[in-house]
Amino acid sequence: MIRGQVHKYGDNIDTDVIIPARYCTAFTEELLAPHCLEDLDVDFVKKVKKGDIIVAGRNFGCGSSRENAPIAIKGAGVSCVIARSFARIFYRNSINIGLPILESSAAVEDAATGDEIEVDVAIGTITNVTKKKTYQTSPFPEIIQEIIRAGGMVGFARQRIAQKKASAQRTTQPVNK
Amino acid sequence: MGMTITEKIFAAHSGRDVVKPGELVYASIDLVMGTDVTVPLAVEVFNRIGAEDVFDNTKIALVNDHFVPAKDIQAAGLSKSMREFAGKYHIKSYFEVGRSGLCHCIVPESGLVMPGDLVIGADSHTCTYGALGAFATGVGSTDMAASWALGENWFKVPPSMKIIYKGQLPEMVGGKDLILHTIGMLGVEGAMYASLEFAGEIIDQLPLADRLTLCNMAIEAGAKGGIIEPDHKVVEFLNGRSNRQYIMHTSDSDAVYANVIEIDVTHLEPQIALPYLPSNVKPISQVDKITIDQVVLGSCTNGRIEDFRVAAELLRGREVAPGVRLIVIPATQNIYLQMIDEGLLKTFVESGAAISPPTCGPCIGGHMGALGENEVGLYTTNRNFKGRNGHSTSKVYLSSPAVAAASAVTGEITDPRRI
Repeated sequence: MIRGQVHKYGDNIDTDVIIPARYCTAFTEELLAPHCLEDLDVDFVKKVKKGDIIVAGRNFGCGSSRENAPIAIKGAGVSCVIARSFARIFYRNSINIGLPILESSAAVEDAATGDEIEVDVAIGTITNVTKKKTYQTSPFPEIIQEIIRAGGMVGFARQRIAQKKASAQRTTQPVNK
Repeated sequence: MGMTITEKIFAAHSGRDVVKPGELVYASIDLVMGTDVTVPLAVEVFNRIGAEDVFDNTKIALVNDHFVPAKDIQAAGLSKSMREFAGKYHIKSYFEVGRSGLCHCIVPESGLVMPGDLVIGADSHTCTYGALGAFATGVGSTDMAASWALGENWFKVPPSMKIIYKGQLPEMVGGKDLILHTIGMLGVEGAMYASLEFAGEIIDQLPLADRLTLCNMAIEAGAKGGIIEPDHKVVEFLNGRSNRQYIMHTSDSDAVYANVIEIDVTHLEPQIALPYLPSNVKPISQVDKITIDQVVLGSCTNGRIEDFRVAAELLRGREVAPGVRLIVIPATQNIYLQMIDEGLLKTFVESGAAISPPTCGPCIGGHMGALGENEVGLYTTNRNFKGRNGHSTSKVYLSSPAVAAASAVTGEITDPRRI
């Protein structure tokens, strides 16, 4: 279970404001986190506490393919991003590195900066503790659930490699009669 | 029920006869492209995955373009990491500074993308290759690393949206104006997750360079890819670049589209995207007087020889306005050489332009022309988000090479038909 305070932003929060390219000669959480969202909200990094939640409008993470964006957000201590919608590369990148993201227009509509929100990623529920409201998000497709269960793309890719090896061995082994 | 060109490519790469939009498939990949800014993280992820080798050393392209020539010590480290990876796994298409170019220009130029291919690249403008009749889309470093190991990845088959351009294209109006106008109509999320298929008589007439520009910016409408049915212009372009077999897919007449939009371009003016969104587009006659500090001519959107020919024609015998910096960036070494041969560089230098080696540099506010506090730029690049090109108070307008060249001369955003 995730619990944290809301930092609310608008539509089209692009990867250039999440982490400007000038910092993208680095790709570790420690080096990126201090600059997270600095062109949009210079105080964000000072305000954010471990476990806090970003709530935003449509098309969150649009723009560049830089994975440095979800890494910076995760590194800043953010436990989850809730948006009306996500740009597709950011969406994949977040799932791949294990940053929980959820889509819910209703939860975004009602939430305000400072609200306390609780998220159960496994069952996809968002509870706005301050507003005393609960929202159900639609479940992730099976492939994405597999990636989440594997702890991200690294674990998932390892499984795929093992599966491929096993099936290659099955097809090349002589059949015992 | 028929399929679109996009659906046919996904079907062919996932071992199926038919796929439908929304289906999740595992698909084999023909090319995995990465750059100095996305490869080093992918190398780390690849090592963590623990794969013994890459899936195919001829199907990986590694391009030095974003922060090169190394802008600082950190950037040098990025290129070094990519160089070492290329050496260790004997990657055939490694592009070193001096023999490189912007990824979305050097990759097609080197014959690495063929019609019918499925391509992923760890750069959001990978959708450029759709102009060759391939389906190409951007991913992050981790997806790239997993694809290096597996030669496949999962995809959601996108719905297709068709944009049909008709009428007659006015003078000084081209691919960049078409795509800016289209993004203005659709909005930055108007084509979210979709494949944008560009079609119609105007596309048939359009040179390949303009089609590449069009597909390059499909992502700015939120699209997963941009694509154009390949024709004889693509075949001519590929001639001598690759011997690889390819399939020229076309969309069936009964293919299903999420949306079909017809645009008559007969009265289209040069288009300008205002800060801070590429969808914030106006025809040039509706843009107020905007004084500019810097013009950038180049990028994976508009750094091709055709773009520089148009710009040089407008700059010949003219001078860059006092108070304006014009930065010209050939997108590849071959384009650079062609500019020398055709005398274009002489024209640019005589007019007062600075010539940069191929680099993404100012497009991402990296180097070779970052903007200072409150400065205003007019760029032929693809994005103008807040802070992207330099200081967070700087502003960038996006335009075609013709508008950029004319404006460099006058010092304010200018219709190229008026100078």
